[in-house]
Amino acid sequence: MPPIRDIAVVAFAQSDHLRTTDELSEVEMLIPVLHAVLDQTGLKTSDIGFTCSGSSDYLAGRAFSFTMALDGVGAWPPISESHVEMDGAWALYEAWTKLLTGDADTALVYGYGKSSPGSVRDVLTRQLDPYYVAPLWPDSVALAALQAQALIDAGETDEAALAGVASRSRASAATNSHAQVRGSVPQGEYLVRPLRVGDCPPVGDGAAAVILAAGERARELCERPAWIRGIDHRIEAHGLGVRDLTDSPSTRLAAERAGAFERPVDTAELHAPFTSQEVVLRKALRLGEEVRVNPSGGALAANPIMAAGLIRIGEAAARVHRGESDRALAHATSGPCLQQNLVAVLEGDPR
Amino acid sequence: MPEVLKAPLVVEFPFTRSLGPVQSAFLTGLRERVVLGVKTTDGRTLVPPVEYDPVTAEDLDELVEVAPTGTVTTWAWNHEPRRGQPLDTPFAWALVRLDGADTALLHALDAPGPEAVRTGMRVRVRWAAQRTGAITDIACFEPYDGDRPQIAGHDGRFEDMVTGIVAPARLDYVYSPGRAQSAYINSLSSRRTVGERCPSCRKVYVPPRGACPTCGVVTSEQVEVGPRGTVTTYCIVNIKARNLDIEVPYVYAHIALDGADLALHGRIGGIPYDQVRMGLRVEPVWTEGGRYPDHYRPTGEPDAEYDTYKELL
Repeated sequence: MPPIRDIAVVAFAQSDHLRTTDELSEVEMLIPVLHAVLDQTGLKTSDIGFTCSGSSDYLAGRAFSFTMALDGVGAWPPISESHVEMDGAWALYEAWTKLLTGDADTALVYGYGKSSPGSVRDVLTRQLDPYYVAPLWPDSVALAALQAQALIDAGETDEAALAGVASRSRASAATNSHAQVRGSVPQGEYLVRPLRVGDCPPVGDGAAAVILAAGERARELCERPAWIRGIDHRIEAHGLGVRDLTDSPSTRLAAERAGAFERPVDTAELHAPFTSQEVVLRKALRLGEEVRVNPSGGALAANPIMAAGLIRIGEAAARVHRGESDRALAHATSGPCLQQNLVAVLEGDPR
Repeated sequence: MPEVLKAPLVVEFPFTRSLGPVQSAFLTGLRERVVLGVKTTDGRTLVPPVEYDPVTAEDLDELVEVAPTGTVTTWAWNHEPRRGQPLDTPFAWALVRLDGADTALLHALDAPGPEAVRTGMRVRVRWAAQRTGAITDIACFEPYDGDRPQIAGHDGRFEDMVTGIVAPARLDYVYSPGRAQSAYINSLSSRRTVGERCPSCRKVYVPPRGACPTCGVVTSEQVEVGPRGTVTTYCIVNIKARNLDIEVPYVYAHIALDGADLALHGRIGGIPYDQVRMGLRVEPVWTEGGRYPDHYRPTGEPDAEYDTYKELL
C-alpha cells in the first residue's frame, strides 16, 4: 500500500557524544537535545501530536529508565507517547506509522543511551539467545570479529581495506563537532582478531532527536523537508551459524521495500559500528563508489547505543535540509552481526 | 558544585528458563555426550537445533545425532578472555559445523595461538568434566585431525530429561544519579531536604530529577523544604518484605513536605497504624548514621485542611 500522506523529517538535533557524562542523569543529557530540535521548528512540546523514544534499561542497569527521561518532554498533562526497547530509528518507524494513520500531524522522536555506567561489550551479550549463546558470554566485538574473518576468508575484504574504512570515517568526522572520535586515529592493537581498536566504535553516551511532520505541516516547519519516500525493517534468524555472515539479505529486502533501488541515491548514512559491517552493507545495498557513505563519520566516529541509528536518519535528513543531498539512504541496525536492519529513503523537493 | 556521586551497582539474577522438547533433547544429549540436531523438511540438519525452521517457520521435532567432530567455518582470536567466557586462557571464538550438520554452532576453541587456527580446520568437542544439561557441557572445541567417529544414531529420547536451565546473569555498573539527585543526596547527609524549583511553573520538586515533568525544562534553583510535612495519602502494609526489619502492619504514606509541590514516600511511625489519616502533620525521625529519614512521626499539630494539600495527592 502506498503511503497515504507524505511525511518528512523536518528537524534533527544531537548531543556531543562523550566517553562519559557522569555529571548528568539520562534526562539531564537529553533535555538540551530536545530543546534544540524543538527550537529548529518553533514547536513547543505541547504542540507535538505523538512522542516516541528508543532506549535500553540494560545500559543504565535500571528498570523503566525511559519513564524518567519523559520528564524532559513535559509529560504532564498526559501526552500520546510510546517507547521501544530499540534504537530510536525503530521509534521513528513507529512514529511514521502513527502519522500515516492520520492520528497526529507531528511527532517527536528521540533515542538516547549512556553506555558509560556499564561494560557495553558484556551488556550486549544479554540480547543473545539465552539457551545456547548467552551462557558463553560472547561479547559484541567477538561476534563482529567472527563476521570480519568470514569476509576476509571469502575474499571480500582484508585488514588493510578495513583500516581504510576506519580512516575515511574518522576523517569525515573531522567536520562533525558532535563526533567522539575524529581525524587521524591509529588502528591500534587487536581487540579480538581480526578487529583492531580502530575497526570498532567508540563507547560513549549520547542522545538524538528528530521531528516528523505530515504534508503541508512539514512545509510550514522546514524550508526543505526530507520526505520519507519509504521505510522498512527486516530481521534474520537469531542463530549466527544459520546465517551467511558475509551478506545481509534483511538489509537488501528492507531497502527494496523502501524503494531504495528504484533510483540512485547520492548519500548513504550506514549504521555500521564495525568497519567490516560497512563492507557487508555496501554489498547488500549495491552502493557504488559514487555514493557518499557516512559523511558524518558514521558509528565509527560516535556510537551512542540506542541513538546511533536514529542519528543516521537525522544526518541523512539534515543533508537534504541543507541542500547537500537530493536522495539519501539511511540505515540502522540492531543485534549481533547486523541481525536487524532498517532502511529509509529520504528525498528533498526537486530544485 | 559538590561532587557528583558514584557507586558500584551490581545487577544479578539467576534466570530460570524452561526448554521445550527440542532444546530439552539437545541439552540432555550434551549431558550424555551426544550431540543432536534437528531435521528440516528440506532435509537440512540444524545444529544447534531449533523448534521452528528459520526459513519456513515450520515446527521441527525430528532429532538426529551428529558427530562431535567438525569444521571451523569462521573464527576470531580472543587474547583477553572476559568474565563468564568458556576459557580463562586466550582462545578462539569459532563457528563449527559438526559432521552431519548444515549449520554452525558457536563455542570456544582451545588452541595455542592464532597461528594454530584457520577456517576449515578440523576440531572436536572437549566435554566438561561435570555436565548438567547446558551449552557449557561442551567445555570447548579442540584441534583434531583424526577420523570422523561412528555415531550410534541416537533418537533424542533419554532417561531423566533436562527440562530447564538456570542461566545466571551479572552485570556490573558504576551508577551516577546525575547532578540534581546528587545534590539532593548530598544535602540529606546534613539532614536537610533540598528540592528544585521549575523556572517556568515555579513548582518545587523533591526529590529533584533535574527537569520539570510538566514544562519539560531544566530545573536548577535549589529550595530547602520541610522538615515537617503533611500526609496526603497512605496505605497499610500487611505483608512483611524479605530482609526488611519492620513489624507489620505498618503505614506507608505520601508526604508533602512544607514548601514542596510533589509528595515523597515515607513510613509513618509513632502512632498506631489505624490512626494514620490524610492531613496528619508529620516530621522526620533520623537514626544515628542514617542517610535518610528512618520514618516520619506525628508532630502533634492540628491536621492540615484538605484544601491545603488537595493538589498534591
